[in-house]
Amino acid sequence: MNKQQKQHILNFLEKGIKLDGRKLEDYREIKVEKGFSENAEGSAKVTIGDTIVTAGVKLSVESPYPDTPDKGTVMINAELLPLSNPEFESGPPSIDSIELARVVDRGIRESGAIDFKKLCIKEKEKAWSILVDICPINDDGNLFDASALAVVAALLETKFPEYDGEVIDYKKKTNKALPVDKKKIPTSCTVLKIGEHFLVDPNTEEEKCVDARLTVEVEEDGTICALQKGGDNAISDKDIEKMIDIGIKKSKELRKHIG
Amino acid sequence: MAYTKRNDGRKFDETRPIEAKVGVIKRADGSAYFKIGKTIAYAAVYGPRELYPRFLKNPEGSMLRCHYNMMPFSSVGDRVRPGANRRAKEIAMVTDKSLLPVVELGNFPNSVVDVFIELPQTDAGTRCAGICAASMALADAGIPMKGMVAAVSIGRVDDKLVVDLDYSEESYEGGTVADIPMAVVSTTEEISLLQMDGEISKEQLKTAVEMAKQACSKIDKIQRDALKKKYEVKNE
Repeated sequence: MNKQQKQHILNFLEKGIKLDGRKLEDYREIKVEKGFSENAEGSAKVTIGDTIVTAGVKLSVESPYPDTPDKGTVMINAELLPLSNPEFESGPPSIDSIELARVVDRGIRESGAIDFKKLCIKEKEKAWSILVDICPINDDGNLFDASALAVVAALLETKFPEYDGEVIDYKKKTNKALPVDKKKIPTSCTVLKIGEHFLVDPNTEEEKCVDARLTVEVEEDGTICALQKGGDNAISDKDIEKMIDIGIKKSKELRKHIG
Repeated sequence: MAYTKRNDGRKFDETRPIEAKVGVIKRADGSAYFKIGKTIAYAAVYGPRELYPRFLKNPEGSMLRCHYNMMPFSSVGDRVRPGANRRAKEIAMVTDKSLLPVVELGNFPNSVVDVFIELPQTDAGTRCAGICAASMALADAGIPMKGMVAAVSIGRVDDKLVVDLDYSEESYEGGTVADIPMAVVSTTEEISLLQMDGEISKEQLKTAVEMAKQACSKIDKIQRDALKKKYEVKNE
């Protein structure tokens, strides 16, 4: 991103609009399609403007970790598919995909929304393991919020397959949902600072000239359960306050999409 | 026990329902969505663009580089581990070869045309669905082409030849199964993908090739219609 391009974006922001004419705190149109991939135990496709992100949940039975013998596990992984953005490359996970997966993971884990004890089948021997994969199909900015929303929607849609104590029959889904507390599960809002302006839901050009960003993950009652500051510039305490206010306000709006 | 009726009630020469769209991935230079039964393929084309590593550069034209990937949650049963395994690499290679006869890349020296195929949901026939999507995405990207490529798998299930096997037929246990994925170049009716696993007689194989040509000409029409639809003018 060169200086001229950044100045162009700043000129827009001065007028209180983003490149596509939206106000700074407006999201693009959001759509959530649950059950997007039938072979997953749960899945969702989230569209924010032209950004499309899918997430799918696979369940398996594993032996629990020795330090948590009475608990199941969750693992969230992201693949920044080169299909979705000309700048993404095939190969081992990039630092961007690791950060994305870890921030989404942290929000879900720390909110306490998943009752891991209920995932235990037999102490020290068997417990359900939840594997969630994030796969963007088109990256037009704001993969963070779209991915978090997709993961939450997929988790809420997940149904256990039939399990007889020995073998899982993946072809037969039961009606039993995951032990997920809908009130606790967070929605994520990423607030960007460009110059002196604060905005949400950027497209890829705006994302590239970010000075600082803050991802705020919020539970239904307004409790913050995860934060991640990104971008090359530091932020002041006033900035933090402002960004968190926007994050809490907007994540409430996002909550109505998890259904 | 002979295979007298298909598991999902289709006719023996009938493909599963097909849905095709182009321009579904805005960031890409060309893209397509191809759904056949429960198998879904997305394809995105990027290029011609700069090719790295540099030693691969060819002054006589652009390289076609296909990638094939099943999403981790795409299949029944265990999660598919991310990253290209041997199977994915081989499929990417045969996809490449199936499309090469139609693309005209001589005018783009030292560059690459990348084709990324992603499968969010699978029920057999993934390489064929990927090729169908890739052919449409290349056309959508405006890559010069001598024709389109359609692909379908012809199967032998016990004593019958069937078009477009689904997973239940691929894993049929009442008799011998052969799976023959084929790709057909629309303009010349030549075969640009031919693989088989299973057992089959020479005569049956001949019939299978004929069946593939017929099924592919139907798929070709669906692909072309999808491409035209992008440029349809809606009269209100």
